[in-house]
Amino acid sequence: MTIEQLSVFLENKPGKLAEALESLAAAGIDLRALSLADSENFGILRIIVDKPARALKILQDEGYGVELVDVIPVAVDDEPGKFAAALRVLADAGVAVEYTYVFVAPKAGKAGKAYAVICADDAVAAVRCLESNGVDMLTSEEMYNL
Amino acid sequence: MSAKENYYQPEAECMSREKMHDLQSERLITQVKHVYANVGYYREKMDASGVRPEDVKSIADLGKLPFLTKDDLREAYPYGLLAVPREAPVRIHSTSGTTGKRVVAFLTQQDIDLWYDCCARALAAAGATPGDVVQISYGYGLFTGGAGLDGGSHKLGSLTLPMSSGFTDRQLQFMCDLGATIICCTPSYAEFLAETIEERGIGDSVKLKAGIFGAEAWSNEMRLRLEQKLGIKAYDIYGLTEITGPGVSFECSQQEGLHINEDHFVAEIINPETGEVLPDGEKGELVFTCLTKQAFPLLRYRTRDISILSRKECQCGRTLAKMSRLMGRSDDMLIIKGVNVFPSQIETVLIDYGLSSNYQLVIDRVNHSDTLEVRVELTPEMFSGSGTVGAVEKHERMLRDAIKNMLGIAAKVKLVNPKTITRSEGKAVRVIDNRKV
Repeated sequence: MTIEQLSVFLENKPGKLAEALESLAAAGIDLRALSLADSENFGILRIIVDKPARALKILQDEGYGVELVDVIPVAVDDEPGKFAAALRVLADAGVAVEYTYVFVAPKAGKAGKAYAVICADDAVAAVRCLESNGVDMLTSEEMYNL
Repeated sequence: MSAKENYYQPEAECMSREKMHDLQSERLITQVKHVYANVGYYREKMDASGVRPEDVKSIADLGKLPFLTKDDLREAYPYGLLAVPREAPVRIHSTSGTTGKRVVAFLTQQDIDLWYDCCARALAAAGATPGDVVQISYGYGLFTGGAGLDGGSHKLGSLTLPMSSGFTDRQLQFMCDLGATIICCTPSYAEFLAETIEERGIGDSVKLKAGIFGAEAWSNEMRLRLEQKLGIKAYDIYGLTEITGPGVSFECSQQEGLHINEDHFVAEIINPETGEVLPDGEKGELVFTCLTKQAFPLLRYRTRDISILSRKECQCGRTLAKMSRLMGRSDDMLIIKGVNVFPSQIETVLIDYGLSSNYQLVIDRVNHSDTLEVRVELTPEMFSGSGTVGAVEKHERMLRDAIKNMLGIAAKVKLVNPKTITRSEGKAVRVIDNRKV
């Protein structure tokens, strides 16, 4: 149960993030979640969108370095310790988390839920492990339409 | 005419033009025979152009000889142009070549002696005497800068401070404590030193009277700035490893061009397109012929440096011909931090790495030190996997290390999005040089 995240390479220059998002907005692509990783010389924009294949094509045509990455969408109760517990499950199974970002979806999400996107070194193992421990995960459809 | 102590070897430096002509002719005839007999590579070139050693009867016949280029040096690397038995040379010096292969030049003890004489002439022309304290802040090692001026300073009997480059605190401590009177380094490092002296307010402890600056392009504005800030007279010096390193030519008190040590090196100016020899006063590519070198005697070596020759009388009393300060290159070689860099070297690294050769070099000067940024387009391979910062940075790091290995100087690698570097429309803009000298 993984979904597709777009990783977009951005140069470290003012306006680059806005430009990328404007291209998607112009095509009516809706952002579900976003995270930006930065380094000294460049940034990597990570986004979950409602139409990943379409977004990929648009960004590629605009000349961006883009990659589709399989990530795992999980839903946990929006209470202290719940996300930590989900991560503990992975840690105990020896699955490494590359990065993760958490968000709440007040409009369309289920009340009292918080959502996280996890990129693990071994996505298959991570999904299996989360599943067997009863961590709630979303389908692509649920995630893209959140 | 200036005071006599400004010459190191007045018999050579102030020789009449007639005597110089005879001396050069005599030495050229001997040298051509030496090379023809001992360097198979050049013998083949001469045979191919139908020139026999006996065709060279005077310096006027120089133009009959075939040229040598950096490509020849690469092809003959490492021993192919050595003109003496392997056991005879006692030292090498080296510089980077066009595609990663280095240029290695060999010297016998006599070659070293004559080279140091040339450097001693340069130091004497800048006012160095046995009582002076000469601080040498050029790099020592494979680079010729440190060794050449070190040897010249010894010949003159000056107190020599073999500082090598960098370590500015130590440079300034010795400069002040030991009362250095002459500094030899790159002009950009001299600017950095001048600024640091100013910042620290230690100008009163600096006793410099002259500086000898080379291995880098610099302008007259930079000269005036250095002279004013350091309270010195600033002299240019020129040379290249292939010929001998610094001391091929040097400036005198007139500061109007560099006197060529013509008893050892004959200069010609040619049209870089046609190879035709141009008369004095015309701008073209410098070509040197080594008259006295034993181990690595290059004949008609094309330097790719653009200059103008003049044989007008000089106020300093020297009769040696003068070349103008360098006016550019007839190839794409860059000098970054005093190191020769060819864009093709970077291309080689990128191709080895499986990358497109569509790249851009951005050179700048920050705090009087050159910086090099290599812009490379991101490839899907670099970005595949989980798209982590670490994975992309790993590629940056590997490229940076490979470039440093190739060039010997550090470069910043900047990855940019695919197809964002302008594709060549005619001549590709591979190099953006923002330095103002």
